[in-house]
Amino acid sequence: MLYLLWILPLLADHKSRSYLPWLLRLFAALCLLATGVQVWAQTQDQAVDFATQSIQLAMSDEPRSLNSIKAVDAFGIYIVEHIMDGLLRRDANHQLVPAVAERWEMHGTTARFWLRHNALWSDGRPVTAHDFVFAWRTVVDPATASEYASMMYVVKNGEAINSGKMPLAELGVKALDDYTLEVELEKPTGYFLQLMTFIVFFPAREDFYTAQHGRYFADVENMLFNGPFTLTKWVHGAALRLEKNPSYWNRDAVHLNLINIPYITNDSAARFSLFKDGKIAVEDGLVGIVTEQLHGALENRFRIHSHSDGSQFYVEFNLRPQRPTSNLNLRKAMQAVFDSQELVYKVLGIPGYIPGHSLFPVYLQGVKAKFRQEYPVPLPSLDLAQARRYLQKAKQELGVDNIPPLSILADNREINILQTQYLQSLFKRTLDIDLRVDVQSFKQRLDKMHTGSFDLVIAGWGPDYDDPMTFADLFASWNGNNHGLYNSPLYDSYIKTAQDTDDQQIRMDAMSKAQQLLIDEAVILPTYERVISTVQHPQLQGLVFQQTGAQMVLTYARVVE
Amino acid sequence: MLNYILKRLGMGVLTVWFIATATFAAMHLVPGNPLANEKATNAVIRANLERQYGLDQPVLTQYVIYMGNMLKGDFGIAFSEENRSVNDIIRETFPVSATLGLLSLLFATAGGVMWGALTAIYRNRWPDYLIMFLVILGISVPSFVFAGLSQFAILHLNKWTGVSLLPVAGWGSFRAMLVPALVLGLSTMAYLTRLMRSTMLDVANTDYIRTAHAKGLSTTRIFLHHQLRNAILPVITVLGPSIAIITTGGFVVESVFAIPGLGRYFVQSVAQLDYTVIMGTTVFFGAFLVLMVIAVDILYGFIDPRIRVEASR
Repeated sequence: MLYLLWILPLLADHKSRSYLPWLLRLFAALCLLATGVQVWAQTQDQAVDFATQSIQLAMSDEPRSLNSIKAVDAFGIYIVEHIMDGLLRRDANHQLVPAVAERWEMHGTTARFWLRHNALWSDGRPVTAHDFVFAWRTVVDPATASEYASMMYVVKNGEAINSGKMPLAELGVKALDDYTLEVELEKPTGYFLQLMTFIVFFPAREDFYTAQHGRYFADVENMLFNGPFTLTKWVHGAALRLEKNPSYWNRDAVHLNLINIPYITNDSAARFSLFKDGKIAVEDGLVGIVTEQLHGALENRFRIHSHSDGSQFYVEFNLRPQRPTSNLNLRKAMQAVFDSQELVYKVLGIPGYIPGHSLFPVYLQGVKAKFRQEYPVPLPSLDLAQARRYLQKAKQELGVDNIPPLSILADNREINILQTQYLQSLFKRTLDIDLRVDVQSFKQRLDKMHTGSFDLVIAGWGPDYDDPMTFADLFASWNGNNHGLYNSPLYDSYIKTAQDTDDQQIRMDAMSKAQQLLIDEAVILPTYERVISTVQHPQLQGLVFQQTGAQMVLTYARVVE
Repeated sequence: MLNYILKRLGMGVLTVWFIATATFAAMHLVPGNPLANEKATNAVIRANLERQYGLDQPVLTQYVIYMGNMLKGDFGIAFSEENRSVNDIIRETFPVSATLGLLSLLFATAGGVMWGALTAIYRNRWPDYLIMFLVILGISVPSFVFAGLSQFAILHLNKWTGVSLLPVAGWGSFRAMLVPALVLGLSTMAYLTRLMRSTMLDVANTDYIRTAHAKGLSTTRIFLHHQLRNAILPVITVLGPSIAIITTGGFVVESVFAIPGLGRYFVQSVAQLDYTVIMGTTVFFGAFLVLMVIAVDILYGFIDPRIRVEASR
């Protein structure tokens, strides 16, 4: 602040009574000040630094919570996965590898984990099986009100405890000794091990948790880490700072010493400017219709990396009896003219987006290979004549000469508005059906979706774990996210079959039948699988992108020369 | 005078209460649920959440509880950020917005008064036309355009000079404040310029200025002692509310320059239907605005003796 002293002599020297020159002096002082500031330009905050193995990043939003027991938002999960460690972890190739658990065994409804002795909390004390028992019980405790408590329902009595019908101690998890954890499941669960990488299954130490008096992980001083990094700074809404955890059991595999996040802004143009100015090492928000930035990246010959973020989008029909869309033939008519390839390639035109053909995205794992490779869906055949026959039948069944105008609900993001416009013109042109576009802001869209005030709605789903079930059970009659109230005993039976066994062949077969049924009954029109494009600093290597959990993993990253 | 101030303050409290009640009603009338998310939670979890946030109570009970807490100075816990009280949000972000806002007001008033006086002096000559053209530009072009453009300019300036002269975005150093403050203050500066120009011209045509000229006072003295002092009154009127508006954060400027201010909470809380943050930010802003208006009224008395007389009657 020394350069401010420049002003003092200028201000002091006003013996003359005239104020006009004084104004000029003030102006001159401001100019001088600006010059002084410019001379003072600093250069230490750079995107990457090889010598210290440190990088700088931006985030598009503030984490809503960093408490592994309660966090549900993408930004919270992203940070938590870097500062905490669960029983298992995913390696750079997305395979399950030991983390706090050294080895494990699963037989039917029982799972046993043997914990490593060198896994430590950041205060030096060992991570024990009791820490998992405490954390899992806290998740299902009704008083905690954890939104992801439902993930814990696979554990015996999880749901009953969460509903307040049973005491916490009844949860099917116990510590046989300090380093052996035994889990009793509600029923055989084929994807149980996948869940162990999910943050609600991470440990928490009871004495530390209770000592925070409800402020567990609210601020840096209320945190206790056992992951690859520790959080050393969290200025809410402004900055975060992660440093390598010296007591992490696998510290030799971690290369970065410092991850500095001094920028939080949801303005993607601003983040891209920061990247171009050499201030941040990765910009991962080139999502949606921000194609100007993609063009800018191409022009500058930046390294662009595209990856699926796991989300599948689709148009969902309202199947409530009073809605015209409850008519199967009407839906089939619309299905027969809808072409997701045209939508993705010609209308949206975002590089990398994959046209949707199924509820299940292409990356999901099946029995041995990818689910979609093992159970391919027939490509839709566009058939206008057939569509018109369906439409004719629909009109007869509905007893109308013309289909009344249908409402299509969407929230106010540009990509959704573009889709509604495309569908509006498509159905008018081919079937002479009018669509009324109902654009709402986020919460209002959710409300209308939930109460069923729509005929069609633009919806989507992001996976919670790496198994087709995270999508399949969406359209089970009991699922709260089944907005159109699709109610098919056949579909429900497929889901139950897949949920009641851990035989992967039986599970995948059942889910492939569910996949086909959704197409046959035209419950949804799959639109696209989302892809995120990122630009990265050439010196930064080893970034991993995932479809579930933290989208970007820095644990295996390093700065090269 | 004291009586007058007390009366004004009493009215102010009533106004803030009205703002709070109206906001509370409006926010509960809007369809949607603050706890709703893309992924619907099951009935058990929803009930647990609603109990935790007190949403299981009837709206009227919620209102009474909220108002009671507000009187104690407690705005509650944010829905969108676990474990974060609205008081903390305001306490941490308002100083940031206020620093930026005061700097931009400094730019705005210094610039506005100077340019306004200049245009009045050079009325209907080219400096007047030029400045007024820029003023129209400053009023009509929205701040996100200026923010984006100036960021683009900084980026190219840095590239061209090869050193990091000014940060593209961020917060923490004085360097980082300069451009955002300028952008944020631009429209206020333009508005003040126009205001200053018209009042300066009004004053120039009054009898006492003519008299001053007639008795042979120097132009500079007339300008500074008679014209400027009389003309600056409307500027102060505008400045009061402006302080409240600018120091509570400009959403666009804060988001473009990654400034951790209060601005984004105004916008995001409404989109998220975050009840407690909507209430907290609105009531805080409302109270601040009312206070500034009262402060300006009181300040008048010191600047213009005529108003003091009016008020004490």
